[in-house]
Amino acid sequence: MDVGIVSYGAYVPRFRIKPEEIGRIWGVDGKSMGKGLMIYQKSVPGPDEDVVTIATEAARYMMARVPEVDPSDIGAIYVGSESHPYAVKPTSTIVAEAIEATPAMTAADMEFACKAGTAGIQACMGLVGSGMIRYGVAIGADTSQGAPGDALEYSASAGGAAYLIGTEKIIARINKTLSFTTDTPDFWRREGQPYPLHGGRFTGEPAYFRHITSAAKMMFEAMGTKPEDYKYAVFHQPNGKFPTRVAAQLGFTPEQIEYGLLTPNIGNTYSGAVPLGLANVLDHAEPGDRIFVTSYGSGAGSDAFDITVTDEIKEYRRDNAPVLEKVMADPVYLDYGVYAKYKGKIVLAR
Amino acid sequence: MSSVAREWREIPGRYNLKGTKCTNCGTVYFPSRHFCPKCRRAGIGKIEEYAVCRTGKVYTYSIVHEAPDCNDMQKPYAVAMVRTDDGVMISAQLVDVDLDKIEIGMSVRAVLRKLSTDGEAGIIRYGYKFVPMD
Repeated sequence: MDVGIVSYGAYVPRFRIKPEEIGRIWGVDGKSMGKGLMIYQKSVPGPDEDVVTIATEAARYMMARVPEVDPSDIGAIYVGSESHPYAVKPTSTIVAEAIEATPAMTAADMEFACKAGTAGIQACMGLVGSGMIRYGVAIGADTSQGAPGDALEYSASAGGAAYLIGTEKIIARINKTLSFTTDTPDFWRREGQPYPLHGGRFTGEPAYFRHITSAAKMMFEAMGTKPEDYKYAVFHQPNGKFPTRVAAQLGFTPEQIEYGLLTPNIGNTYSGAVPLGLANVLDHAEPGDRIFVTSYGSGAGSDAFDITVTDEIKEYRRDNAPVLEKVMADPVYLDYGVYAKYKGKIVLAR
Repeated sequence: MSSVAREWREIPGRYNLKGTKCTNCGTVYFPSRHFCPKCRRAGIGKIEEYAVCRTGKVYTYSIVHEAPDCNDMQKPYAVAMVRTDDGVMISAQLVDVDLDKIEIGMSVRAVLRKLSTDGEAGIIRYGYKFVPMD
């Protein structure tokens, strides 16, 4: 039985800030910083937006494209994020209520740094594939935090994408998924702490690159494929530089990763990053296109997916919700003062 | 801290614009009412859930410069009366819009946004606001 993507929806808040504006505050050449990271602007959530609202918007876009799917047939909703608004109280139940999937369903919030969204897809695949549920929803969304002045402040952004996983009328078949997981402390945030810490350069070779290349090579071996067998590839994108380099190391061309690489324009959306990149690929995909996806979550692990777009995408009502290019169009640029206010970085008297 | 039970009761209306309709006279109530003041006894037992349309047009609007605490981070901001495509009048905040581009008659749709929070530790209230149509 084929398991795959029945529908998807993606959302990015409309506000942006540029690295030169952040650098201006901290006495750093922000433009060079942005160039080094390959991040030319990042998204910022509005003052009334958080992971719940972002996940809900993405999920509503997802449902709008499959009006024939009864939300009460959704048996599970998993929201992956490292910025859930509550420490205790699920994001997923609020999203479930907002798309009217409650109450005969299960729900849980997931956390695995930047790969909690793809972990949710895997969980849904298991439940759907085993016949336990008819549809599952996996969402990756974040309003990620970077400490003021830290390198992360130039990249940590906001956005998310939702995936309806099922076996009927799938627009993209997931041929296989596998993961590569170790205990690698490259990035973390302790309970109660507002900002994460990271191991600087340690986040590179032993963390991001080792896990992504290992999972990717395991997938090539399992499927008997090579990079040229895929039309598109999507890699986790904490900045623009890492995915570009890892794609080249694995043998993918810049054209293959073009649609799946959004970080230069919206920053690192953490759990939303790979789901958003894949959504942009699906916005452009044609039947038969094969897509290679590998996420990465610090701590650390990578989930790889081998996906084939099906003929169903021709009948799919993609236009019932805005495609990502439209969602990302017409941004509003903030100065650092307004950005700090929106992100709650200013200490208030009350 | 406000009553969480009251917040919880209002979830269907706030998240999904669920109101009620008197099937005796056809009047839609939003927020929902479980008694029709027009039909009185004749409406008893004839009140049904009604999902108000999530799209509509700005009927009128105002720009708020003196905000309550819950919206202090957003001022100045717009509030509007929106007539939904099924004719229900709803008052709500208009967001993701340039204030000088709001027009009476502009098409809008409902989204879920944060309305307020009970301090740093209390409940977060979510509900509808309207954004311009894509």
